[in-house]
Parts: sequence; structure tokens; C-alpha cells
Amino acid sequence: MPDPTPSPFPLECTGLSRRFRRTEALHDITLRVEPGQVFGVVGENGAGKTTLMNLAMGLLRPTSGSIRIFGMDPVMEPEKTLARIGYLSEDHDLPGWMRLHELMSYTAAFFPDWDQDYAESMREQFELDPGAKVRQLSRGQRALAGLLCAMAHRPPLLLLDEPSSGLDAVVRRDILGAIIRTVADEGRTVVFSSHLLDEVERVADHVALIRQGRLVETGSMEHLKARHHRVTLRLAEAQHHAPDLPGMLSATGTGREWTLICEGSRDELLGHIAGLPAEIMEQGVPTLEEIFVARAGRKAAKV
Amino acid sequence: MRIHINSADALPIYAQIVAQVKHLVASGRLAPGDEVPPIRALAQELLINPNTVARAYRELEAAGLFESRQGAGTRVSAKGTPLARKERLRIVNERIDALLAEAHQLDIDDDTLLDLISKRRRAPRPKEE
Repeated sequence: MPDPTPSPFPLECTGLSRRFRRTEALHDITLRVEPGQVFGVVGENGAGKTTLMNLAMGLLRPTSGSIRIFGMDPVMEPEKTLARIGYLSEDHDLPGWMRLHELMSYTAAFFPDWDQDYAESMREQFELDPGAKVRQLSRGQRALAGLLCAMAHRPPLLLLDEPSSGLDAVVRRDILGAIIRTVADEGRTVVFSSHLLDEVERVADHVALIRQGRLVETGSMEHLKARHHRVTLRLAEAQHHAPDLPGMLSATGTGREWTLICEGSRDELLGHIAGLPAEIMEQGVPTLEEIFVARAGRKAAKV
Repeated sequence: MRIHINSADALPIYAQIVAQVKHLVASGRLAPGDEVPPIRALAQELLINPNTVARAYRELEAAGLFESRQGAGTRVSAKGTPLARKERLRIVNERIDALLAEAHQLDIDDDTLLDLISKRRRAPRPKEE
């Protein structure tokens, strides 16, 4: 295991911005990931998720603001930072000409804490042939090989960029299972980005919603869900517009029946509805997808 | 212990677990003294955050349905049974309320509804899984 960490926070961004020529990929992001969290970074393709991951890895410099990994600057102290991170990139870019066992010993050389028994047990569990060349592996197998290499040094922070994007259900199960084992068994921290919101909803306990490089929302999933409400109303008379309610983020429907996603106090909302000529047909907690869509103003991409 | 999580459900995931465990206890599919899976095993199986399972287990313990002893894992408590009938009635009542509301919306009066229920009783029923 690495030395006791100088800062308790696995990842912390303060006013973080990154510009590529004329495009601002990230703008003024402030967020904090605490130890033991499963932190989901949610956003559409191009929202800035990968840029955030690359900044955390020290592959990019911030244009302004800062990002810290256990209190360290990943650009200034790459070795110390990278020793604490297990990273899986979105495109699982591994050297295709290597055989899997070569890839494992090559990766092991970078990490003093590499646990060969653990690596072997994952290789068997994922049913990966040690003699196969990386380029001969299927997309799913490559993802699992990348995951193995990211996890075998038991990093206190696991950083996964769109880990299950474009993979079949079986491989997705393996990857989500590995995330869960990581936090359940050892209390380590996982930060993963995804545009699959039902997956994030199941696995993450904290989230950051990013849209066009800006932080729309961050906090615990529980808090996020407790603050958002979905109600379906049946109005006494048909209207062209949804009834105006406090904290309303989105409304869908026509005529007499409208479904609203609202933010704020539930009692206050119900109090307002009680004053309308309307009947509540259904009410409940919106899904993360509904919250995201309501807040981001556009439908999230599906695979 | 078979639990199904539905991400699109209006209930939060921990509440889905609580409700389904109550169901299983009420229907006798979980009996007092039965061992329930450890938190991380259930999290792994359902692919959900272990804290979510922990929260559901805490609520079930607080409700007296589960008891955990150090080193002995978590079991369905003996109190699971006395609650069972009340819980069974509560579950059925919830369904009845929903049915009444829906019938009302569809403009079907109570007599017709009762009539439909007795007709359905005689109809062949699909097997429970």
C-alpha cells in the first residue's frame, strides 16, 4: 500500500477550467470526492468528462483553477499521483502487439504495489488467455484486461472513463461488479464517468452532472433525489402550457395532463398544487435520467 | 432471497429492497431464522452500491425484521411472523387503493368492480414464479 495520504480527498477541483484553442472544454468546476465514495460523472458525449479525467491523470494542464489528487498536483508530482490511481481510459488503448502476460508484467513494473496473485485471480475470473495478443482480444476482453491492469496495484483511487460504453451486458456486469467489490471490500474510492444514467443511479452514491463543460449539479444521490419530485397532474381544463409551479424544471404533456419535474421542498410543492384546479394522478421520485434531462434541458444520449 | 431492482421505479433502490424483503417475509418465503446474504454479496449480485444495501438492512433491523449478531451474519428475526398478517393486509390494501383509484378514473363503479373481482376469482390464474 502507498504511504498514508497527505490529503484525505482523493480528488478535488477548485475553479477548474480547461480551454482548447477557442473551445472551453471545462469551465469553473468545483467539486470534491471523499474517500470511499463511488462518484459518477455524468454528461453527454462532449460534455467534458474525458477532459476532467485527463486533468486528473496529469495528461493535461488546467488553463485556470486547480485539480488535486490526495492533495497533490498531478502535473507537478506525476509519479506520486499515478501510484495512487488505477486508470481505465475510454478507448482501452493498450499495446496491441503485447501478449496479455507481457502486458501484465510490463504494467507491474510501474507499480511497486502490484499484487500478482490478485492480478492472476482477476485474469481467471475474466477468463482471459494469458498468451493471447492484445489486438486479438474482443472489445470486451480488452476492457477487462485494461481493468485488470488498473486494479492490480490496489489503487486507493480508481478512475474509469466511460468504462462500460459500447460493451455487452456480460462485460458490463463484470466491470460494475469490480467497481462494487473495490468499495465494498476495501473502502477505496471510485470515480467513473458515464452517459448510462441507470447504471450510475445503481452504482454511484455521489454524482456530478456536467453539461457543455459546466457543472450543473453535484452532491449525494440521496440528496439529489430528495430535492427533486415528479408529479403528474390532471387539470380541470385543458391548457396550452403547463401550470406554473415553484421550482419547475421541466414539463411534458398536453391539454389536461401534465408531468412536471420540480425542485425544492415537497410540502411546498404539494401546497401549491392544492391551490390549483387540478388533481394529482401520480407522484414520486424522478430517476437520475429524468433529473438530468430536466436540468440539462435535453434528452441524454442512449447507447 | 430474490430481489429485483428496477431503475425506473419511483421508489429509491433501498426502499425497493425494504419493500420486497417485507413481501418475502409476509409471504413466508423468508422465514424467521433464515440467513440473509451479507451486504457486499447482495450488492455484488444486484450490482448496486453497498451503502444502498446497508441502508436497506438498517431499516429492516430498525423495523424488527432483521437481526444481526456479530460474527453470525444477518438473519430474519423471530418477530418476522407476528408482523406478517398485518403486513400482508397492508400490502393488499395498498393494491386495493390503487385499484379503486384506477377504477374511479375509468368511470367504473364499485359494484361493477366487486363483480369483476368475483369473476376473476373463478378465472384460471397464472402461476406465481
